[in-house]
Amino acid sequence: MKFLRDIIDKQKPKFTKGGKLEKLHTAFDAFETFLFTPNTTTPAKGAVHVRDAIDLKRLMVTVILAMTPALLYGMWNVGHQHAIATGQVMTFLEKFLMGLEVTLPIIVVSYVVGLGIEFYFATKRGHAVNEGYLVTGMLIPLIMPPTIPLWQVAVATAFAVIIAKEVFGGTGMNILNIALTARAFLYFAYPSDIAGSKVWTYTGGEATVDGFSGATALAVAAENSTALKEAEAGFSNASVGNALEQAGTQLGQADFYSFTNMFMGAIPGSIGETSTLMCLLGAAILIGTGVGSWKIIASAFGGAYLMGLVFNAFAGNAFAAMPAHYHLVMGGIAFGIVFMATDPVSASQTETGKWIYGFLIGALTVLIRVFNPAYPEGIMLAVLLMNVLAPLIDYYVVDANKKRRLKRVKQTAPVEQTPSVVTA
Amino acid sequence: MEFINIGIRSIFVENMIFAYFLGMCSYLAVSKNVKTAMGLGLAVIFVLGLTAPINYLIHEYVLREGALKWAVGDKLAASIDLSFLNFIVFIAVIAAFVQLTEMIVEKVSPSLYGALGIFLPLIAVNCSILGGALFMLGKPFGLAEATVYGFTSGIGWLIAVIALAAIREKLKYSDVPKPLRGLGITFILVGLMSLGFLSFMGFSL
Repeated sequence: MKFLRDIIDKQKPKFTKGGKLEKLHTAFDAFETFLFTPNTTTPAKGAVHVRDAIDLKRLMVTVILAMTPALLYGMWNVGHQHAIATGQVMTFLEKFLMGLEVTLPIIVVSYVVGLGIEFYFATKRGHAVNEGYLVTGMLIPLIMPPTIPLWQVAVATAFAVIIAKEVFGGTGMNILNIALTARAFLYFAYPSDIAGSKVWTYTGGEATVDGFSGATALAVAAENSTALKEAEAGFSNASVGNALEQAGTQLGQADFYSFTNMFMGAIPGSIGETSTLMCLLGAAILIGTGVGSWKIIASAFGGAYLMGLVFNAFAGNAFAAMPAHYHLVMGGIAFGIVFMATDPVSASQTETGKWIYGFLIGALTVLIRVFNPAYPEGIMLAVLLMNVLAPLIDYYVVDANKKRRLKRVKQTAPVEQTPSVVTA
Repeated sequence: MEFINIGIRSIFVENMIFAYFLGMCSYLAVSKNVKTAMGLGLAVIFVLGLTAPINYLIHEYVLREGALKWAVGDKLAASIDLSFLNFIVFIAVIAAFVQLTEMIVEKVSPSLYGALGIFLPLIAVNCSILGGALFMLGKPFGLAEATVYGFTSGIGWLIAVIALAAIREKLKYSDVPKPLRGLGITFILVGLMSLGFLSFMGFSL
């Protein structure tokens, strides 16, 4: 590392005030502090208000660390789905390498485009390059299907970083979650490349086996529900389960869409979203380090489960009658709750607000899944909608708090005596 | 159930702001803080909730083709179609109610009256209110449904305006690029907000 330090020290004068490249000093600063701990941080001793050694950079790195299990598992799963779809036998390593080959370009595109824009804005506007994008740039590939065209990744990233983040003033100022904005943009602009059954499995142009549909578990459940509704058939609690089992049997694996397998995540879906287990591992890291709010995660899962139970009680269609715990492992709900809903910038800031915010995300997700045939998955739009409403929740939580305290003051304060009129 | 369905549809699915982009001028102008926005939102609910059923009655018993049969008999009524007067009559009813609202607000809360300024009388030309009356005609509504529709459309507008106001209060601390400050960023913001509200598009209860 010594030679790196030397290089940086040698270049430093050019970027300081009066130097040749003064304008690029924010970019230089970003690289320097990324490589070395700067000596200009708040000192640990003498600054009594600093209780923790964590700063934005460490915070973001923790989130990336928490995402790594989902990422690695997702890479393996891309190869695994390929093997199932084409009927090949592949070793663990072959699957992983295939996934790496598919995933890496997406990650590179996302980082290059996003960081390019970030550096441009930082230089132009003279603010420091923040690390927020390190997380966003990793989240974007994880919520894309493996077959996504790279140019679309680039366009969506550019849209999200400029419109959802930079125009609001950069890291920490955005209203909507940036990664989800990128995904929503693609979802509405190029639906054929990010929705349906064809996009979730990387086939590499090879022929697929008979009975392969590539449908996600949610798509199977939703299609079954609509089919039943159209046929006006009576339904039982097991009907979605039956449909899932049938879809698996067609593929030659009866337990393909079983609860355990969906929990493990060896099912089709976006790259990082499939495995609930890996997301929970990430959640453990986030909660353990205090980076993610456990209140949001807990209340969101609780909200989804409760909503599932409510639908079970008043089952309107076969999808609504699906056992509530299935909702928690299908689709991207775990990934969305753990990594998107907990985004400290766009989430509710108040503690009470976090409970409400999380609960509504979970409940809305299940509501959208069951009642909105236009979208098989609800977590993306549920989080975006709650991002929009989060400031309002905060406003009323703070307002209620103010009123409560005012009331307390009035109660405890000594009753002011009206000065009695002094009569002569 | 029918009423709940209409309510949810007009609050979320067919939100006046995010689905139809109606009533934008006062929406953008009076969303600088939550308190004022709440005041205007309530005024809109009041006007929309009362004018919708009144307009419905007028249309049903006066303006619609053949509506006058209670007055002039079946034969003559069939030849009378006053529906070309829809716009004028609706606007007149709305304007009257806005005047009433203005008087009430001025009496009850002079501070709110001052804060809303010109935008209170301008509710009369708030597109969402005339829009509500006109959309209502296209639907198979009775009087009760029309009332529910009017009130819930107003609630949808209120939610949209206080949500935007809360975000804009937060936005005061943001370092928005200079050319975008004020209305520029608000337009972008409303666009992004309607992205969130797209989750209800195509909802079927």
